[in-house]
Amino acid sequence: MRAAVLLFPGLNRESDVMRALEMASGVKPTLVWHAETDLPAGTDLVVVPGGFSYGDYLRCGAIAGRANIMDSVRRHAERGGLVLGICNGFQILCESGLLPGVLMRNKDLKFVCRMQHLRVERNDTAFANQYAKGQVIKVCVAHGEGNYVVDAETLDRLEGEGRVAFRYCDSQGVVGGEANCNGSVNDIAGVYSSRFNVLGMMPHPENLIERIMGGVDGRGLFDSLVKAPARAA
Amino acid sequence: MKARVTVTLKNGVLDPQGKAIEGALRSLAIPGVESVRQGKVFDLELSMTDKAQAETLLRDACEKLLANTVVENYRIEIV
Repeated sequence: MRAAVLLFPGLNRESDVMRALEMASGVKPTLVWHAETDLPAGTDLVVVPGGFSYGDYLRCGAIAGRANIMDSVRRHAERGGLVLGICNGFQILCESGLLPGVLMRNKDLKFVCRMQHLRVERNDTAFANQYAKGQVIKVCVAHGEGNYVVDAETLDRLEGEGRVAFRYCDSQGVVGGEANCNGSVNDIAGVYSSRFNVLGMMPHPENLIERIMGGVDGRGLFDSLVKAPARAA
Repeated sequence: MKARVTVTLKNGVLDPQGKAIEGALRSLAIPGVESVRQGKVFDLELSMTDKAQAETLLRDACEKLLANTVVENYRIEIV
């Protein structure tokens, strides 16, 4: 699996995700600066990591979402190539139009940084095939703007098409309530594009890949990507 | 030519910052504030002199960057 990790000024999780990708695939990902116009030839997966691109100015992900490199990410996605956005990366994918909706300020206005359980909503995708459907995984969250908002019509379509990837839950798998750390509609922690080749999620699977960090539940996502058939042209 | 673009949250979109400001006004005992919705103001200096052309350009700027039309409305004023 050849992965390209995008780098915008202000991102800070690129090393974490590169480490996770290399651990799973044995191949060192390529770091791609935002001003580039093309992805490396043969890229299977594009990852937009977390952080605070452009200091979260204007809106989280708004400026990065319109960078040069995003045009080639759009073309990559149109060809069926895989795209993963984590945290600020999810915000960037929403702002760039690759995913629907927007991440608003957390409902209680607090930056939330904690361990977080998620329920895996489906496991027939390139991103979740090493998990069981309904599996509860423990990862972590660290964000101030993770409150997923979409209009009612789009929400119906997302739910109808089964495009919710993960929902916030407690350790027993009970979705919502206190487990919803930011007020996201329908407890949504991650969403897929209509062809399931683009995933955006607020939680950080890349930080739960070694026992010393408190768990390895994040590994499944990267192992899934390695197992997924290459789809990029 | 100068222009002002005002971006506000659409009705029905939760505005926790507005709520916090509303609470702060209440704690200052400023009377009569029913509710607060916060937004953004952009003041722009434009090189063109044609008003219609400026409005077209600003609409484009709003749709492409200044507003996220999923949750925000925008208003353009040439001043």
